[in-house]
Amino acid sequence: MNGWEATIAIIGLAFITVGTRGFFLYPDRDLPLPNWLKQGLRYAPLAALAAVIAPEVLMQQGHVITTLKDARLYATAAATVYFFWRRGILGTIVTGTAVMVALRVGLGW
Amino acid sequence: MSSLSAPPIWRHPEFRNGARDMVGVSLGIAAWGLVTGVAMAKSGLGIPLAVLMSLLVFAGSAQLAALPLIVSGAPIWMVWAIALCVNLRFVIFSAAWRPYFAHFKRWQRMTLGYFTADLNYVVFMKRFPQPRPEPEQMPYFWGGATVNWPSWQVPTMIGLLLGDSIPTEWGFGFAGILALLGLLYSLLSDRASWLAAAVASGAAVATVALPLKLNVVVAIAAAIVAGLLIDHVTPREAKPVVEDAT
Repeated sequence: MNGWEATIAIIGLAFITVGTRGFFLYPDRDLPLPNWLKQGLRYAPLAALAAVIAPEVLMQQGHVITTLKDARLYATAAATVYFFWRRGILGTIVTGTAVMVALRVGLGW
Repeated sequence: MSSLSAPPIWRHPEFRNGARDMVGVSLGIAAWGLVTGVAMAKSGLGIPLAVLMSLLVFAGSAQLAALPLIVSGAPIWMVWAIALCVNLRFVIFSAAWRPYFAHFKRWQRMTLGYFTADLNYVVFMKRFPQPRPEPEQMPYFWGGATVNWPSWQVPTMIGLLLGDSIPTEWGFGFAGILALLGLLYSLLSDRASWLAAAVASGAAVATVALPLKLNVVVAIAAAIVAGLLIDHVTPREAKPVVEDAT
């Protein structure tokens, strides 16, 4: 793609951001969503989080990891312990990242 | 950006609360933005277009999916189709936003929609679990968005400009996942939510081979079904109050 085509592609992508994030916000009238679905949407945020996290922690190149020499496991474990001990998200991030970098740089995991 | 008349929205106490709750996860957003910026710098798109993309598109995973296609000269419709699929989760989220935002004018709803990235969604739904409009919601939302946007954009620009001199192999990009993990834990308030999270994790791992991150959409659908089933079989009781973890 030349510069102009890429620019048009990027502007189109911005419209896709608005179009998907605002999909059910666009109509003026309420769409008739069934009640059970409205109830079920309560689970969508945590499901989206879990769905992004699990493969990033447990998988490597499309396969479930079989080694214990993986810094991500210990970073996740440390972050988990911190969270249920102190209940702070910032501390959870700092603790897990510290373990991650220490194992990667120190041991090459 | 304010949708209220005087007093200004940033003077409202909930604006500060929204900002504070977002600061808790912003370190993760920043690490993730930095890594995304480095990836964009290495893609060969060129700095000016990459800056334009980050500022306009404001959707990290769609950007990373679309980039190689743009660079390799794929047809433009394919670039858009891929981004659409990667963003499908936002369509589900928008149905959840509707009861909160439906009373606004259309242009206001679409402006709000543009800023409803993943973390804005999760943090907001945790603060306002009941799907009905309340006057505190707009200040809270914009407080969070005011922190979220620069927390993403500034590190992305730094990553873009510094590129290879940032040692991403140290693994600090994992901070983004840890931010999501902390948020997830703070949402697990009862047995049904633990079960739904377990189902989503399993479904996402099992269907990871699906293209375009469609495994995330499958996992959300599976978790909604699992949550509804357990709601159906357990006797109704007062839902425990969601704990504030930030």
